[in-house]
Amino acid sequence: MTAFIIKRLLSAIPTLLILIIFSFLLMHSAPGGPFSSDRPLPPEVLANIEAKYHLDDPLPLQIWNYVVGVVTQFDFGPSFQYKDRTVNEIIGQGFPVTLTYGTISFVVAVVFGCALGMMAALKQNTWLDYLAVGISIGAQVLPNFVMAPILVLIFTLWLGWLPGGGWNGGAWPYLIMPVIALSTSFMASIARIMRSSLLEVMHSNFIRTARAKGLSSRDILFQHALKPAMLPVISYLGPTFVIMITGSVVIDLYFTTGGIGQAFVNSALNRDYSVMMGITILVGCLTIFFNLIVDILYAWIDPKIKL
Amino acid sequence: MSDTTVAELSHEIEGSGQGRSLWQDARRRFLQNRAAVVSLIVMIIIALIAIFGPLFAAWNNEEVDWNVLGDIASMGGPSIENGHYFGVDELGRDLYARVVQGTQVSLMVGVIGSLIAVTFGTLYGATAGYVGGRTDNIMMRLVDILMSIPYMFVLILLLVVFGRSMWLLFVGIGLISWLEMSRIVRGQTLALKSKEYVEAALATGVKHRVIVTRHIIPNLMGIIVIYATLLVPQMILTESFISFLGLGVQEPNTSWGALISEGASTLQYGTYWQLVFPLAFFIVTLFCFFFIGDGLRDALDPKDR
Repeated sequence: MTAFIIKRLLSAIPTLLILIIFSFLLMHSAPGGPFSSDRPLPPEVLANIEAKYHLDDPLPLQIWNYVVGVVTQFDFGPSFQYKDRTVNEIIGQGFPVTLTYGTISFVVAVVFGCALGMMAALKQNTWLDYLAVGISIGAQVLPNFVMAPILVLIFTLWLGWLPGGGWNGGAWPYLIMPVIALSTSFMASIARIMRSSLLEVMHSNFIRTARAKGLSSRDILFQHALKPAMLPVISYLGPTFVIMITGSVVIDLYFTTGGIGQAFVNSALNRDYSVMMGITILVGCLTIFFNLIVDILYAWIDPKIKL
Repeated sequence: MSDTTVAELSHEIEGSGQGRSLWQDARRRFLQNRAAVVSLIVMIIIALIAIFGPLFAAWNNEEVDWNVLGDIASMGGPSIENGHYFGVDELGRDLYARVVQGTQVSLMVGVIGSLIAVTFGTLYGATAGYVGGRTDNIMMRLVDILMSIPYMFVLILLLVVFGRSMWLLFVGIGLISWLEMSRIVRGQTLALKSKEYVEAALATGVKHRVIVTRHIIPNLMGIIVIYATLLVPQMILTESFISFLGLGVQEPNTSWGALISEGASTLQYGTYWQLVFPLAFFIVTLFCFFFIGDGLRDALDPKDR
């Protein structure tokens, strides 16, 4: 197991390096530097500023410094737009917010998705099944940027129950709509995957044997069926978390929750490259981390995989 | 399932001696899937609206109707008399013309994006699978590495750095989605490679290139078609997501995502039609593609059920 984890961690290094170097080169090749504006600065001033941000160093040295900064101190450098703030400060402000509602949405999606899928599979071809399948198909075509306005329309404008946006330190009325908007379509996908994989498992021979030797259906479900049925769900969960972080862009924009997505879009519109890069690399790290966790979980649950 | 077998049997007896190809079989199975057939018809109608819709528009998509501009909430609603079938947007432009235009762009993104993804993914996956060995190992490692890159962010980074152009968006969306495809195709190719007929072809001295084009690719077609269909709604979703953020297509061009975003932001003024019409097109299309994809999967890959 340890060897497996170490191997996976080692293979994460080239991924991260490629990501960092790619984003750096992309940023570097952008037409116009970060300080070229409508009112051109005098060349001496520009040279001074560039020297301050080390933009006049040769390219390989710049990349090297950046990589070293990121790897050794997790330092993404200064923001090019807000002179007094570093990328770390901007990320540090938004990331906890995103992580809070992201994690809650993730848990909600997994719990409700699995429950819905299990219900549908165990009561196959009853109205419960049709209801669950209907919900999951319906939710699949309602991505978060469609859910968000509809939720605001219903709960804020018509019913007036929930605040239409803001964060307020994560008080629960401010959390409800972001979590619903973010988790619904994932819940639907998880329910669909859970249903089909549990159906397949329930029709397999070892379940028939378990039934034949007289186990109660509860024991069959929880002791025998659930574990193998979870495998496809688990392999879906790794990418999901990342797509959720991506989806947080919409949530932040629509509910003004002030998470990392807002910082990303703002920096995209301001051409604040260093912030964009910092966030991209951070999300890349998260992706790798979650893929690793999923792989480990998978190997732990699936007896066919030997470590 | 049982009625299918009966139908198959009777069919077999009628046309005994005549073989049926996989595709004939698949077409029959697909046509029996009611949801898929209805979706296909609806999809064709939507495509026709995208192509011929402008002919029926009373207004140009860039024209501003000054008569309703002052009071859109009460006068800009859908009406047949003044030619705004879907109402107007907040700048007094005809929403019908805008939705038709958005449909063209969104469908184009879906089709072009998935064509790029499927072509690239198939070539890559088939090569890796067929060549095998160390090449396969390296190529698939590369896919693993690329898979853990947060693509939505990289795509936005690309769009910001190189300026927002529609073609970059199309190509970018296509290029970020070939990875999954290449994995699937590689797996299939590996399985096909060890089939007896490939062995026979090799033994009789057929060239590798011919084996790939005559034996491997045709057998991959089923899975390629299924995934291409399922990719289209994903592409449309991605494009809409980016356009919703205001980073996608630019005025005067528009897409469903941009229209939905506009509609959502003006919802509080009571101009519900600005959200309802683009949203309806968007949702109906996604539904259709999901059902068609499901139908194709059942039709082309009967084992998978």
